[in-house]
Amino acid sequence: MAKKSLKHQNITSVAIVHVVLFVLSAIFLIPLLWMISTSLKTDIQASAFPPVWIPDPLQPQNYKTAWEYGKEQLNGQAPMLIYARNSILLAILTVCGTVVSNAIVAYSFARLKWPGRDLAFAVTLATMMVPFPVLMVPLFGLFKDFGWVGTFRPLWIPAWFGGAFNIFLLRQFYRTIPFELSEAAKIDGCSEWGIFHQVILPLAKPALAVVALFSFMATWNDFLAPLLYLQDQKAYTLAIGLQAFRSQAGGAPIHLQMAASTMMVAPIIILFFFAQKQFIQGIATSGLKG
Amino acid sequence: MSNSKLTSQTKAGLLFAAPWFIGFSVFLFFPLLKALYNSFTEYTILTPPVWIGLENYSDLMKDELFWKSLGNSFYYAMLAIPIGTIVAIGLALLLNQKVKGQAFYRTFFFLPSLVPVVPLAILWLWIFNGESGILNAFIEPVFGIKPNWLGDVALAKNVLIVMSTWGVGNAMVIYLAGLQQVPVALYEAADLDGASPALKTWKITLPMLSPVIMFNVVMSIIGSLQVFAQPYIMFPGGAPERSTYFFSVYIYDTAFRDNRMGYASAMGWIMFILILCLTLFAIRFMDKRVHYEAS
Repeated sequence: MAKKSLKHQNITSVAIVHVVLFVLSAIFLIPLLWMISTSLKTDIQASAFPPVWIPDPLQPQNYKTAWEYGKEQLNGQAPMLIYARNSILLAILTVCGTVVSNAIVAYSFARLKWPGRDLAFAVTLATMMVPFPVLMVPLFGLFKDFGWVGTFRPLWIPAWFGGAFNIFLLRQFYRTIPFELSEAAKIDGCSEWGIFHQVILPLAKPALAVVALFSFMATWNDFLAPLLYLQDQKAYTLAIGLQAFRSQAGGAPIHLQMAASTMMVAPIIILFFFAQKQFIQGIATSGLKG
Repeated sequence: MSNSKLTSQTKAGLLFAAPWFIGFSVFLFFPLLKALYNSFTEYTILTPPVWIGLENYSDLMKDELFWKSLGNSFYYAMLAIPIGTIVAIGLALLLNQKVKGQAFYRTFFFLPSLVPVVPLAILWLWIFNGESGILNAFIEPVFGIKPNWLGDVALAKNVLIVMSTWGVGNAMVIYLAGLQQVPVALYEAADLDGASPALKTWKITLPMLSPVIMFNVVMSIIGSLQVFAQPYIMFPGGAPERSTYFFSVYIYDTAFRDNRMGYASAMGWIMFILILCLTLFAIRFMDKRVHYEAS
């Protein structure tokens, strides 16, 4: 009798959890669905109130219009194409630099002993507390002296010199690789570089994939740094291109803003579905190892 | 033998770490010192710095906009961090009930956190639009009013908090992973004692999760005080009435619009020190309450 009522109670509570989860999912998803819905509407229907949920008529050509919007200012070239090309180029340069430099530097902190290493690592972690706004002015001055302002260089060259967060993440991973492997390689006459390159790197691929993913996302999203350094519209990334699209010369109409936004979000969502495991595990480890 | 091995490892260690030593010095440490020096000067990007001592700092103390923007940033952090943490843990607890379709729900909650900041800002400007926004489509039939979310001094700041809460998916994934590390044996022991689910959550789950919470709160403090893109894009000039003018935006405007690099550097250093103090305080405060597993 008691057992039966317990089971009954379980079914009710499971049902409640499902209802709550369903409602919450709807709240989280509606904004995204509304973005897509608006991106397919006519100009007039987009600002109708009360809102029309399902676009009628469906206007997929909004995407083409948004893609080419403002091409007159760029000698007939589609601005979104130029922005996307810049963002991809920048992402490739940054991702390569971040992965290569942090893979190397983290090896030193995780698997080599040298005097002052632990202090250097503590200082490295502390740099995560330095906010970008305090560095903004001196870095701008520095890059101006280098003659880099207006080019992509301030945006990707620093990525080739490592960064605290990724050093930390990779160090955690490297330390889980048995030290016996390094010892064995050393007995076989491997140099430190050989051990790093032939033993550690192949095993660290999953962690490196996470670093690559995070750095791709960060570059794709970054707003402030491109805003500081890129002046010519032809050099804009998607982030600042989209902001210009929205705010300059009266701004594009809302259904086109939504189409352009969807085009910037879509690659990330697609990437997520291909690399779901890396995303979830990467985020989990980045937050748990504190 | 062991001595020569040590030196060869030292050499390798320094060589491997060399890129970071360079990066740290060139892009972090010296710029930070340069900013400190600049903060005692009057300086535009075209003219060399002129030493003025503490004048920037004393001017800041009298600068209403400085206090206002600092207040706005704090308001945001003080609400966005606790709300975000509670929602993220709540969602993680729900998902941890081993319900069917957990992976789907997790994906739904997570997806919004993937939206890059510019599309995010554009989307939420549209959702909160007073005339034809989707939010008012829900509000109006029930309350009979269409609040002007973006134009009302009392409401505009909170729009940014709602937006930030929509992106808690990232933190939720971390907390969910943390929950899955809590040893099952602890719950079994509590079941034997007849503990209620609420009591188990309060006495087992949250204490076991506390180190993760602490780490995430600290990272959020560092991040929230620097928030720039959302207010900059959504509320030009901090409209309405500077109620959304954030500290980072004021620093940016001072440096790159007004060309007052010294004054901006002083604010930058104040931000750095605030983050430093708050982080240390949070660690101190929470350390006493955090439960670390004996390992």
